[in-house]
Amino acid sequence: MSTTRSERPERTVGPSQRATAVISAASLRRMRALARAELTLLVRSRTALWVALLMPLMMVLATYSATEEMDLSEAGLSQGEAVLTGGVGMVLLVVIYLNLVPALVTRREERVLKRLRTGEIADSEILMGAALPTVTVALVQCLVLVVAGTALLDVSAPGSPIVLLAGIALGVVVLVLLAVLTAGLTKTVDSSQITTTPMLLVCAVGSGLFIPLEIFPDAITEICRALPLTAPVELIRHGWIGGLDGTEVASAGALSLAWVVAGVFAVRRWFRWDPRQ
Amino acid sequence: MDTAIEVQGLRRSYTGRGSESSYEAVRGLDFSVRQGEVFALLGTNGAGKTSTVELLEGLAPPTSGQIRILGLDPFHERAVVRPWIGIMLQEGGLPSELTALETARMWAGCTTDARPPEEALALVGLEGRADVRAKQLSGGERRRLDFALALTGRPRVLFLDEPTTGLDPQARRTTWELVKSLRDEGTTIVLTTHYLEEAEALADRLAIMTEGRITVSGTPEEVMAARPSRIRFLLPPGLAPAQLPLSLPAAVHDRQVEIRTQDLQTTLTELLLWARAQGVVLEALDARSASLEEVFLEIAGEQNEWKRHAAAVQGGEAA
Repeated sequence: MSTTRSERPERTVGPSQRATAVISAASLRRMRALARAELTLLVRSRTALWVALLMPLMMVLATYSATEEMDLSEAGLSQGEAVLTGGVGMVLLVVIYLNLVPALVTRREERVLKRLRTGEIADSEILMGAALPTVTVALVQCLVLVVAGTALLDVSAPGSPIVLLAGIALGVVVLVLLAVLTAGLTKTVDSSQITTTPMLLVCAVGSGLFIPLEIFPDAITEICRALPLTAPVELIRHGWIGGLDGTEVASAGALSLAWVVAGVFAVRRWFRWDPRQ
Repeated sequence: MDTAIEVQGLRRSYTGRGSESSYEAVRGLDFSVRQGEVFALLGTNGAGKTSTVELLEGLAPPTSGQIRILGLDPFHERAVVRPWIGIMLQEGGLPSELTALETARMWAGCTTDARPPEEALALVGLEGRADVRAKQLSGGERRRLDFALALTGRPRVLFLDEPTTGLDPQARRTTWELVKSLRDEGTTIVLTTHYLEEAEALADRLAIMTEGRITVSGTPEEVMAARPSRIRFLLPPGLAPAQLPLSLPAAVHDRQVEIRTQDLQTTLTELLLWARAQGVVLEALDARSASLEEVFLEIAGEQNEWKRHAAAVQGGEAA
């Protein structure tokens, strides 16, 4: 009796080809299929739509009124600058983090993740495909903020767009990883409202979204600088308005990358694919 | 004929939090499945069927032993094996807010050389329910949608973990017909089931698992032939058990007589000739070959008896 290895026509890229093509066409096709389904689910959930569309707007308005009374001279920012640069971070935080956690928990508890893993789609493709719709919604809102801010709030156009984009990209990756990890710790969709609160507060207050960090005492500022979302927000702010020298940009980039590496490790180690109940 | 699945010395242990709580669910399996064959894995709950199938599907690595699916390791060569296999898990995995068609379309997008989603739905008779969301489908319809997903990649090897649980008899028959036609097209199918008549109807070969081991295996005919047939009747009034023909190994409880035999025809002839000679009527006469169900219950019963025995011995030692 022999096996049929030789007879089998080649259906996928072989292992050697696979190593060279990091993201193959097939991989993109799978993620697109999953993202399309995930977008349909997002549109069908009233809660998810609320969190994706109205909540970020409210948070940015809240930032605006919070900064009205504040002395921002120490941070060297006008009110419009503080609100808009923090607003980009806020949109990323609320739209990505608050939507992705309950979405992943729901899929896990409905055994959708387990079912998907029986197919050809890779684990990383499942997570990226699931994140794609909310990430896209967040990026569109960021674009609106940049355009509207420049036009309406008397804020100059971004000074170094590349740094701004790098900050946004790192912020997206860090938040997706944080959402995946939080989902791993969350038992039910209902409890995700509780489990997302600590990271939401830490990022909103400690990463300079509401209030520039320079306003805190020095010791606290230093701790806040190490938080996962702080470096991306600093890059976003610098990319728009300036204020960092080359070393500071490099170290913010390095710190973000360190968080990404730690996040990927933690996700591989601790994410749960099988239902908890 | 070619081998589609080859399993050698397969073991799977689950380690709990404490080092003490490790549990061995699969305890050394050897079997192979030929291409184009339906292979049924039977067993009571907790016998290790699903644990075994998960290893074959490459969802987890075995603790020890070797598995070859179409000549490849299903866990370590997962990316190469997956396009060739179709999997239906024991329980759901359908997003409740997506319609049947949207779900099938998502799955097709994740699959190499996929059937069109409409075709996959039609295979399982769900074309009329394409626009119904999963949460509004009946349990049986959800099961069939799950089956459609497993068929999307035109698999060479198909794993079905309790595919007809929750289906009404009509839908079960339809699924059976589909399994048979897939087999006739050359698909290799591994099936676990609770329903013995399902194994009897579909399986070319089967294995019965108890406590992580295969106790009996072979074609359904072989498995049933290995067990004795049985004849039952009520002892005619006025006859003592000692008056029964001595050549027949009979067990008598009250008036109920039971005879076990490997050669049903000869034994039955002898019994009936004796009855005519004696001029007695054998009330409630019943003669039958061993059914798969009997074989199964007998094996499960032996296992329980053995367990009770072991418990008694241990209890004795402790005291």
